[in-house]
Amino acid sequence: MSATPQLSRSPFGHLVLATADGPREVVPVRAFPIAEPERGISLVDGDGHERAWIDCLADLPAPHRQLVEEELASREFVPEIRALKEISSFATPSTWQVDTDRGPFALVLKGEEDIRRLSQTMLMIADSNGIQFLIRDLSRLDRGSRKLLDRFL
Amino acid sequence: MTTSLLSPGTPEKSLPDSWRGEIESRLAAGETIESWLEIDLDSRLQFARGLVVATTRRLLAHAPGAGTWESWDYRPGLALDHRDHAGVGTLELVDAQGRLASWRYTLGHNVTALKLLRAFEEQLASALSGQPVPLPEEMLCPKCKAPLEPGVEECPICTRETQVPPSTWTLFRLWRFAKPYKGQLLAGFLLTLASTAATLVPPYLTMPLMDNVLIPFQNGKPIDVGLVTLYLSGLLGAALLAWGLGWARTYILALVSERIGRDLRTTTYEHLLQLSLEYFGGKRTGDLMTRIGSETDRINVFLSLHLLDFATDVLMIALTAVILFSIHPWLAVVTLLPLPVIAWMIHIVRDRLRTGFEKVDRIWAEVTNVLADTIPGIRVVKAFAQEKREAARFREANLHNLALNDRINKTWSLFSPTVTLLTEIGLLVVWGFGIWQISKGEITVGVLTAFLAYISRFYTRLDSMSRIVSVTQKAAAGAKRIFDILDHVSSVPEPTNPVHLKAVRGEIELKGVGFRYGTRAVTRDVDLLIHPGEMIGLVGHSGSGKSTLVNLICRFYDVSEGAVFIDGVDVRSVPVAEFRSNIGLVLQEPFLFFGTIADNIAYGKPDATREEIIAAARAAHAHEFILRLPHGYDSLVGERGQGLSGGERQRISIARALLINPKILILDEATSSVDTETEKEIQKALDNLVRGRTTIAIAHRLSTLRKAHRLVAMDRGQVVEVGSHDELMAKEGHYYRLYQAQARNVDTELELTSLPTPVKEHAA
Ligand SMILES: Nc1ncnc2c1ncn2[C@@H]1O[C@H](COP(=O)(O)OP(=O)(O)O)[C@@H](O)[C@H]1O
Ligand SMILES: [Mg+2]
Repeated sequence: MSATPQLSRSPFGHLVLATADGPREVVPVRAFPIAEPERGISLVDGDGHERAWIDCLADLPAPHRQLVEEELASREFVPEIRALKEISSFATPSTWQVDTDRGPFALVLKGEEDIRRLSQTMLMIADSNGIQFLIRDLSRLDRGSRKLLDRFL
Repeated sequence: MTTSLLSPGTPEKSLPDSWRGEIESRLAAGETIESWLEIDLDSRLQFARGLVVATTRRLLAHAPGAGTWESWDYRPGLALDHRDHAGVGTLELVDAQGRLASWRYTLGHNVTALKLLRAFEEQLASALSGQPVPLPEEMLCPKCKAPLEPGVEECPICTRETQVPPSTWTLFRLWRFAKPYKGQLLAGFLLTLASTAATLVPPYLTMPLMDNVLIPFQNGKPIDVGLVTLYLSGLLGAALLAWGLGWARTYILALVSERIGRDLRTTTYEHLLQLSLEYFGGKRTGDLMTRIGSETDRINVFLSLHLLDFATDVLMIALTAVILFSIHPWLAVVTLLPLPVIAWMIHIVRDRLRTGFEKVDRIWAEVTNVLADTIPGIRVVKAFAQEKREAARFREANLHNLALNDRINKTWSLFSPTVTLLTEIGLLVVWGFGIWQISKGEITVGVLTAFLAYISRFYTRLDSMSRIVSVTQKAAAGAKRIFDILDHVSSVPEPTNPVHLKAVRGEIELKGVGFRYGTRAVTRDVDLLIHPGEMIGLVGHSGSGKSTLVNLICRFYDVSEGAVFIDGVDVRSVPVAEFRSNIGLVLQEPFLFFGTIADNIAYGKPDATREEIIAAARAAHAHEFILRLPHGYDSLVGERGQGLSGGERQRISIARALLINPKILILDEATSSVDTETEKEIQKALDNLVRGRTTIAIAHRLSTLRKAHRLVAMDRGQVVEVGSHDELMAKEGHYYRLYQAQARNVDTELELTSLPTPVKEHAA
């Protein structure tokens, strides 16, 4: 595998990798999206085969890095919850008004089992449509949010 | 071009006012809005609002953040692509040159997006061809496939299940189950009334006992034995009456509630079994089990115990209040005054405890989860010598549990002393006021005694009454979860005008079949005709949709587009059970039920004779290994057949399929998980099975399919090639590549298969 993958963008908006057997549409996939997002990115083609591996995003030349980052940004969707503002009921299903790093949203929690503890302070919450919300640090939420959340933990 | 098309019959949920004004000013004369989608994400996936509209002439869009509207007139080559990934849906407008625009939304809007997509395609086709848009077909919910009322956007069942929190009103729906027991319930209520009244007699009798016997005695009068006997026998009589009535009431109501519980459980389970695989696919086993097991029990206990107690308490308080007021209104007011305060305080403390107890429940689940994780995986734990780590994990979960319990116990231990204290204070007030009243000659000692006897009774009941709030909530949540199951209609419905198949020939035809799991498209445009008695080999990468096709043929799911025909009849018009009785299915993971081997073989035909069972086992090459087991055909296979090897289980499931003598046989990777030696055994068994039946065989090892008349290669949900092995090899296409890849990887296996395998014959 070449040291720096040759990347470009097609008119259809796809990321294209130059390979030995011609250009290939690829998508970047993080190997550890939560534990170590900046390292270990695989470029996978439409058949699901890995075409190239990027050890560390920072090592890429700037234009390529930007392409990969853009593509990642448009694919990855794990809003981080910053605050819980309101909860419709403590019994599930329950609608939560939350503030995220991507703006405010109303998520529907189907059951308590959709809250997954990743570590002592990190939580992953799946809403009824399969969107994953992250709480990176429980202890950094404000008191009100923590109190609401506590009822579900 | 026809521009004055009528909009199709489905009235849309009306466009939000904020958009309406902006849009309408942009429409040309005669142009109407056909469908619209409000998007909630921008291109960097930040939450923001935008709108995409399909009109009769073009696609209009207001991208989030952009201040302007964009528009694309319908023209050849224009296409709208739809994908979804990780909860985000994407619509991309492309033409031959490249991407024109893309829009993102959270998957909650997917149903609307799919409607927009359809409207776009219809309008585009109509604009290009000049033909009017065809009338809309019946709409189905894309999630559960229940038919939707015209004009309804979202399936009411799915929405309610995911969005509506349980309400106490749900409990009233239980009336459907209580109705058959109306008579008993009424009797129970009357008995409750009577027995409560009986318990109120003794405190009343303390009054004359005090005033007419004890006080006069203290003042120097002799005791009137006759009077005493009268009062005491009154007391005894009341006690006996209360006992008898209480017993009858509890017994009748317990009987009724057990019956309601039974009806609820069996009805729910029977309904659950009728639901399609689609429903089970989206649920967790444990969850369904608790719903039918413990939730019904919780409702039951609520009905028979809590509700009853509560009704009794309310009755008692009401009756007591009436009695107290009739004896002395002022004293009654003073007595009842602290009541709301005490009730409120108890409620507060309870509320705090409730959240604590809920937490304990959850932590407790964590403790059991560690066990459920480790015990079935004990081989792995031991193999990697991780006993210490697992023990530490368990200890930690317990520590959590302990810490939480310690915290709750602090509040809890305070609770009953507090209730007692509040009761005492209430009594104190009554004492004080009573003594003052006696000193003024307003009331007698007997009246005060009676009052004290009454109130100490119902103050203590306040505690149990306050519990009703939380148990009601819990029961309501349970009832909702039960009704979620009961309200679900099977997505594989029984036909209204069933067509009965006489002798099935086994011809299967798929016409333009498309299918989605939920909103995700898995197969598209599959056309395939399978002749009676033909053997088809289905090949393709894993995930290419082979099992999905089988699921559609078996009618575990109904197609989203197109139709499946058996002997020329749409499978949707044949009764489900009747249709399935013609299909023998062998899966990769054979499932054995707890029971004997013979029971397992005869699962599809419980009245099979011993001879039939043995013949099937012989044909499946299972007979000999079964005889080697300690109890032969009577050997018990443990849960899921733990005591047997993979190949043995597989052969039992083949015998099971063989016994029902199906016209159509489906083998879904039936030999993938066994070694080549066992595979050869199974292969021999299969050769018996295949003869004279329409067969669809899916195999990972292509060598397994050498007997197939035709091979069908699938890729990404589509049929890409059909033909015999030699034809497809000559084509050097998809199949050729699959074959080459396997030949490279497993050349040893290729050697094996190129040898002619003698097939031993067995009488089936
Ligand atoms: N119950 C399901 N819900 C959602 N997607 C499913 C479900 N079952 C299968 N799929 C998806 O459908 C595709 C085809 O699966 P399947 O038919 O099982 O493939 P094959 O049998 O060819 O390996 C896969 O991408 C798989 O992830
Ligand atoms: Mg499969």
